[in-house]
Amino acid sequence: MTDITVGHVNRVSRLIVHPLTVRITHWLNALAMVIMIMSGWRIYNSDPILPFYFPVWLTLGGSYEGSVDIHNEDGLAGALQWHFAGMWLLAINGIIYLAYGILSGHFRRAFFPVGPTAVLRDALAALQFRLPHRLGAYNAVQKTLYLGVLTAGVIMVLSGLAIWKPGQFQELTWLFGGFDVARVIHFLGMAAIVVFLIVHVALVVIVPKTLPPMITGRALAHEAHSED
Amino acid sequence: MRETSGTAVPRHDSISASKELVRVSGPARQIERRLFLKQGLSLGALTLLTGCDVTDTTGVQRVLNGISEWNDRTQAAIFNPRRLMPTYPESQAVKDFRYNAYYGQAQIPKIDGTSYKLNLYGLVDSRKPWTLDELYALPQESQVTRHVCVEGWSMIGKWTGVPFRTFLQRIGADTTAKYVGFECADGYYSSIDMASALHPQTFLTFKISDDILAPRYGYPLKLRIPTKLGFKNPKWIMAMYVTNRFPGGFWEDRGYNWFGGV
Repeated sequence: MTDITVGHVNRVSRLIVHPLTVRITHWLNALAMVIMIMSGWRIYNSDPILPFYFPVWLTLGGSYEGSVDIHNEDGLAGALQWHFAGMWLLAINGIIYLAYGILSGHFRRAFFPVGPTAVLRDALAALQFRLPHRLGAYNAVQKTLYLGVLTAGVIMVLSGLAIWKPGQFQELTWLFGGFDVARVIHFLGMAAIVVFLIVHVALVVIVPKTLPPMITGRALAHEAHSED
Repeated sequence: MRETSGTAVPRHDSISASKELVRVSGPARQIERRLFLKQGLSLGALTLLTGCDVTDTTGVQRVLNGISEWNDRTQAAIFNPRRLMPTYPESQAVKDFRYNAYYGQAQIPKIDGTSYKLNLYGLVDSRKPWTLDELYALPQESQVTRHVCVEGWSMIGKWTGVPFRTFLQRIGADTTAKYVGFECADGYYSSIDMASALHPQTFLTFKISDDILAPRYGYPLKLRIPTKLGFKNPKWIMAMYVTNRFPGGFWEDRGYNWFGGV
């Protein structure tokens, strides 16, 4: 009887705000992001395009000392192995997420409509700390940021392919303005995603109640807005 | 390193051949050994490829090695043997090409062209060594292509030499074999797949920027293979062989992806 009551209570008071597919792909993507960004920074260090290096302790790659010893390169081989392994996780997981988002209507419900007026209104409200957070329902600023980072992700995959295969995929490399420009775009896309991640994580810290639903999928009804 | 683990392919007579010719190989071996002792993550690539001492390999490294081998197969599948790499006007070719090796310019092999011979091993009809004059007499072509380094930099250069396919035909190479391997005067070694070896832009080169290769560019013989990353373009080639047994390579055995296609 207790079980039934609990179940009943759950049904009326908790709603699914993040579908299972979204939660699984979100956390796999988080892992892929960590791998791709940290190994990418080590790869960047072997031939920087700007006058700075990423601190080695923030990067992912082979043993630093052993590699410096022989080639004055800080574990590039290991970094490349991570990057070209992480690329499969990123790509396969990304394709599943995009296919789900488009076919299930998740993108349409969660990210649209979004217009400049709403973005401006919500941005001003957010700056005055007057923008309420409703779990499962995105305001216009969130919609813009999520659509933006998804676009950046697609650009990262394409510019990455253009750098990886400037021969076999030479048309793609040409579309990006050539090998050297594609490298710069790949770097800028990384920077955009890192800025997004800083804001994304900072907001979770400020509004911690957003974290459990991304794991359990559920939120209390009076706080939540279900997609369904 | 070689003495510690052994290599996948017994390097038989080619090792002793390069030992006689190469002074640099002593210190180079010592550096390799230090690397072997210190390098944690990339070490696994070596042990897995050689099939030795897999117990030293961490689980993560084993997965990474497996994916790198999967990426070899993926790139072989993507590789189009008829697809030409982009070429550029000669005006874009860099005159002062970058020197690149894992040691300083003081250690560059100095090779006497008059006594030089290219040694051949493995699945070829004729193992007769080739002198430089005999090599220069082969039909030559030029290419202006982009050299893409695994580090990220790239440089357009002009190279002149004999199409590798022509040379393979002249020596009666078994072009149904899987690999072509190279031994270099500095102890460097590398190998490529046969499909890439037969690509029309793969050249055995004698010249860069219309000048005979300077010692720092690999005199007297450098493989130019624009379908692959820079480290798959060996310099100071002393011997080459055709084989069905996976030959690996200097950087490849240290964790760099073997196919290394661009």
